[in-house]
Amino acid sequence: MSRLSGVLDAERIVAEPGYSRWLIPPAALAIHLSIGQVYAFSVFKRPLQVHFGTSLTAIAWVFSIAIVMLGLSAAFLGTWVERNGPRKAMFTSACCWASGFVIGAIGIATRQLWLLYLGYGVIGGIGLGVGYISPVSTLIKWFPDRPGLATGMAIMGFGGGALIASPLAVRLMQAFDAVTAAGPGAVASGAAVMKTFLVLGIAYFALMMVGVLNVRLPPGTQVGSGNSLAKYVPLRTGVNISAANAIRTPQFWMLWVVLFCNVTAGIGILEQAAPMIQDFFRAPLSATAPGSAPTSTVSAAVAGGFVGLLSMCNMAGRFIWSSTSDLVGRKRIYILYLGLGMVLYALLASVGAHSTALFATLAGVILSFYGGGFATIPAYLKDLFGTFQVGAIHGRLLTAWSCAGVAGPLIVNAIIEGRGKPGALTAQDYQPALFVMVGILGIGFVANLFVWPVHGRYHEDISTEKAPTSAPVQFKKVAP
Amino acid sequence: MTTASAPSASTTQTARSRLVMAWLLVGIPLAYGVYETLLKASKLFTG
Repeated sequence: MSRLSGVLDAERIVAEPGYSRWLIPPAALAIHLSIGQVYAFSVFKRPLQVHFGTSLTAIAWVFSIAIVMLGLSAAFLGTWVERNGPRKAMFTSACCWASGFVIGAIGIATRQLWLLYLGYGVIGGIGLGVGYISPVSTLIKWFPDRPGLATGMAIMGFGGGALIASPLAVRLMQAFDAVTAAGPGAVASGAAVMKTFLVLGIAYFALMMVGVLNVRLPPGTQVGSGNSLAKYVPLRTGVNISAANAIRTPQFWMLWVVLFCNVTAGIGILEQAAPMIQDFFRAPLSATAPGSAPTSTVSAAVAGGFVGLLSMCNMAGRFIWSSTSDLVGRKRIYILYLGLGMVLYALLASVGAHSTALFATLAGVILSFYGGGFATIPAYLKDLFGTFQVGAIHGRLLTAWSCAGVAGPLIVNAIIEGRGKPGALTAQDYQPALFVMVGILGIGFVANLFVWPVHGRYHEDISTEKAPTSAPVQFKKVAP
Repeated sequence: MTTASAPSASTTQTARSRLVMAWLLVGIPLAYGVYETLLKASKLFTG
């Protein structure tokens, strides 16, 4: 065990000179593509509901527990991740994520729902949180010249993970049910879901191990004997601020509000995407013949296509906008996300019902800003607090995501439910909710304007405590 | 002071192969996911 621990230690993963820094983004992607599966959990909801003979809400708790554990583990284990380095963190994440699937599979096989909560929800959720933050700090240290590009590539993987997992899981369930002679179109059996969980657990563990093997700390990183990874790359102004100090600064909480508002507004569309586009293009009740239900011109298949388009925009925005932030600056890019986001939301509410193309375009750009907001935050943190404990600070900031994940759907659902029954709503019924989102983005916009450089009293004097004894970090550029 | 020796051709080749493999291992699944999603999203424009 100690030998395994040694291989995973930060001391063992300082790159030799000439190690290509372009091996780090695929290592990070291997982790994020795997844990991004969580956003495709919905494909299991109906089969699990039938298998356990319970409500959809009871099954939805599996996902909710996983997301809450993501936020909690990122917040509380961020410092541990910084201290132990990315390889140990990625390995821990892989073990938690894979065993979450295996324990979940046992729960399905034995019809013990609590095992699914414990496995996929709690243990898998810890894997999510540790895995999400594990490569961020390392990427920023390898790419001090393009931190937005580097973290954008990794966090794009979290969005891309669902694109892979959703069709893959459906095909696996169909394949396993073919063996047990389930009819076409039938809900997948519990046995098929259980086997799919096992296959996914094994496959994700293998993919994550590729990341574990390839990740390295930059050459010249001095790894201390105690609790320090002692060679840090300061930002241009030389600022380095600890996680404990960062949460005492107003800048941290301004960014918390920025992320919370951006995510809340994005989830407002994401969560309602399929019914929303159908309701937007539904004939008003007054124009419907008495006794007949108002119909939508958008079919369920087209609504499904709209959800796919939003997923693509969410993923693309993570890479494109985060990379752009390296050129235009972090504060300006958030002015774009939040400011233009307000305009687009207002347009969606007022003229979105004119055509499906206009509606899809507006929603797609809004979702690209949602993804961009996620992916640019680590680079923004690096600008403000330096690379000293940026992973741990990022972990603490992700509590905004957990809160927005609860607040966004609550706000939208409460407003929409007050306007009428599902299946009879129209574009006008969505206007109040969309204008509330404009207001939420406005709060985030103002908070972003109040983000300014951190006061000197919070800065760490790492030059005396953790002075590097090895050569300065040098990055050898190797073309991929 | 030591002088670092230049990497041999085989070392460079191995490093390049490792780089290609690492990107393929994440690129192929991602391309599959993007393809499947585009198929689904195309229904938005074709009805």
